[in-house]
Amino acid sequence: MSDKTVDRVAAATPVQVARKIRGLSDRAIAWIFVAPTIFLLLAINIFPLIWTIRLSFTNYKANRINREPEWIGLRNYERILTDSDIWLNMQSKAHFQFWTIFFQVLIGFTLAWLINKKFKGNDLWTTIIVLPMMLSPAVVGNFWKFLYQPQIGLFNYIIAFFTGKDPSSFEMLGQVNLAPWSIVIVDTWMWTPFVMLICLAGLRSIPDYIYEAAEVDRASKLRQFFTITVPMVLPFLMLAVLFRGIENFKMFDLVVQLTGGGPGSTTELTSINLKREAFEKWRTGYASAYAIVLFVTVFGLASIYVKALNKVKER
Amino acid sequence: MTYSKLTGVSAFTIAVAGAATSAQAEDLTLCWAAWDPANALVELSKEFEAQSGHTMNFEFVPWPNFADRMLNELNSGGKLCDLLIGDSQWIGGGAENGHYVQLNDFFDAEGISMDDFAPATVYAYSTWPKGTPNYYALPAMGDANGWFYRKDWFEREDIQAAYLEATGQELREPETQRELLQIAQFFQEREIDGKTVYGAAIFTERGSEGITMGATGALYTWGFKYENEPGSYNKEGAVNSAEAVEALEFYKEFYETATPPGYTNAYMGESLDAFKSGQVALAMNWFAFFPGLYADPTTGGDKIDFFVNPPQNIAASTLGGQGISVVSYSDKQDAALEYIKWFADPEVQAKWWELGGYSAHNAVLNDPGFVESQPFARDFLVAMDGVQDFWQEPAYAELLLAMQKRIHDYVVADQGTAQEALDKLIEDWTEVFEDEGKL
Repeated sequence: MSDKTVDRVAAATPVQVARKIRGLSDRAIAWIFVAPTIFLLLAINIFPLIWTIRLSFTNYKANRINREPEWIGLRNYERILTDSDIWLNMQSKAHFQFWTIFFQVLIGFTLAWLINKKFKGNDLWTTIIVLPMMLSPAVVGNFWKFLYQPQIGLFNYIIAFFTGKDPSSFEMLGQVNLAPWSIVIVDTWMWTPFVMLICLAGLRSIPDYIYEAAEVDRASKLRQFFTITVPMVLPFLMLAVLFRGIENFKMFDLVVQLTGGGPGSTTELTSINLKREAFEKWRTGYASAYAIVLFVTVFGLASIYVKALNKVKER
Repeated sequence: MTYSKLTGVSAFTIAVAGAATSAQAEDLTLCWAAWDPANALVELSKEFEAQSGHTMNFEFVPWPNFADRMLNELNSGGKLCDLLIGDSQWIGGGAENGHYVQLNDFFDAEGISMDDFAPATVYAYSTWPKGTPNYYALPAMGDANGWFYRKDWFEREDIQAAYLEATGQELREPETQRELLQIAQFFQEREIDGKTVYGAAIFTERGSEGITMGATGALYTWGFKYENEPGSYNKEGAVNSAEAVEALEFYKEFYETATPPGYTNAYMGESLDAFKSGQVALAMNWFAFFPGLYADPTTGGDKIDFFVNPPQNIAASTLGGQGISVVSYSDKQDAALEYIKWFADPEVQAKWWELGGYSAHNAVLNDPGFVESQPFARDFLVAMDGVQDFWQEPAYAELLLAMQKRIHDYVVADQGTAQEALDKLIEDWTEVFEDEGKL
């Protein structure tokens, strides 16, 4: 494939230009063009990955420049896989991943479906809905922190208005049972518009004539929804889930602003824990092993998911 | 150690050579935390600029990010800071990792004696290994965790009567930790001038060092120790002693029954805000903030008073404060050492105290007028007599974050018991010391 491309490029190159770089084969010229990219890829992605793998088998600490790192085999991996606290972090992460994506897909699809109906002010509503996603997570985290404040926070007052409870009787960010949900709410508020936009693109890509044919066949609206709309939007929806899943896995700033991982370690997601190990405790070797474990997990899950996505597309 | 000494000697040689060959004006950068005393130091340093011809620049980082920012700078061999007023716990890492210049030869050459400074501050801020005459910093800012309260509320007859009725005791500055809690509980959710107020603002912060600094205020007074014998790293029975468990249970009770709602992640800033906004009757914080609090137009002056962390089984306070060090990666070590020489001068130290900094120089502390110079000066002296500090090991960050996690899990997140929290803390610390090759 690449040979053919090279041949095509060579054939398309004017003779005068080709003469100027006499002595170099087409393959060599192709390599010259590709080399910077390959070099950057090796320097920025591949080398650090290999280096991280190597460090993960040592007790290296980046803040102890005077101490030679020792090779400790699989000890870091053994510690990680047997550490109950890390499994708790993983559970927090799984809880966060599942519920944020669940709500974002549910609400995002519903909003897209509603926005897709032609009505007056459609564009204005679309703009208003996508506003949260344009804000910085640090800013969002900060102002939601005020909204959740038990004494002056609007959120508590709204809940109190509907439930009759005292606004300061519950602490969204301070109670173990509520803190994970406070993050789910904020992340859903912020990123549902993203899912909505992708779903909207999917909905708008469905040709009208399919619905017209269904009408002719006297298919009900409900049947049209489940046999036309959902299957045709599904690849888009799965793509949105993939994007949000990957983004949520990296979630850091929003949670740091909101809870700092607390109360206790209730909302200490793996990303926060990893940062603490690597750049606060300076356990570089251990943090490298931790990063590799996470990388393998994400890579494995993403591969399975992409295969499923391709199957859906082929249908 | 050899490396550090070598660095120190080399730095000193460079400094002397530099001073001998040229009196070149330098742009010096001093790094510290962004807080009230830092502003006082800027003012004070103008005198140094006028005298020396050097220009002083300042890099002040807010406390929650101070350790992260500065330790990253040091670990990467950064040249941002020529002088660093680093936290007391950094001294071990600063010395062993070669970040700080050893100052012994410089002190000897310039006639700066550590005997001129309060012994507790020299021990805590300057020496590594602990207690040995190897100096990596000059005591710059003495500090301890203390308390302040609404004097105007305490003096009100209606409140005094209500307290007497509720407890059978007179409302006064607390003399024990238990009495402190009792007073805070009395004020919790009390109506004062038509406003609901709360007991006390204590430290509960999770991310950096907050809850550890707060909880140790109780732990030390119950008799908590880090080791059975100093230097043994033998923690079983010391860290998780019956007294330590009781103290931790006490801190949790304090958090649950006498703090404002939503007070789950609070440190210095939140404590100051809670007090200045009239939300709480009492608050803990570092002495460093006391000049600013006293000067506050709303809650300062005759509305505020101060007291030392009350004893329980023993008298003790959590140590704060910092020493000033010369960063070994600086290209301007000679000028930086000049600053330290100037700063060690008793007259400059007196002015430092006058401006709101906490001098650790005996000439200032032993001055007959010192205790009356500020309403908190006497308390400061008492507090500094009983200060205890966290581990100062090179691996202090790992030790600190482990304690942050265990204490916050128990006190704020209500997970497990105090005994379990301290037992797990011993496990965490043992793992760190094993990794360090000290166990």
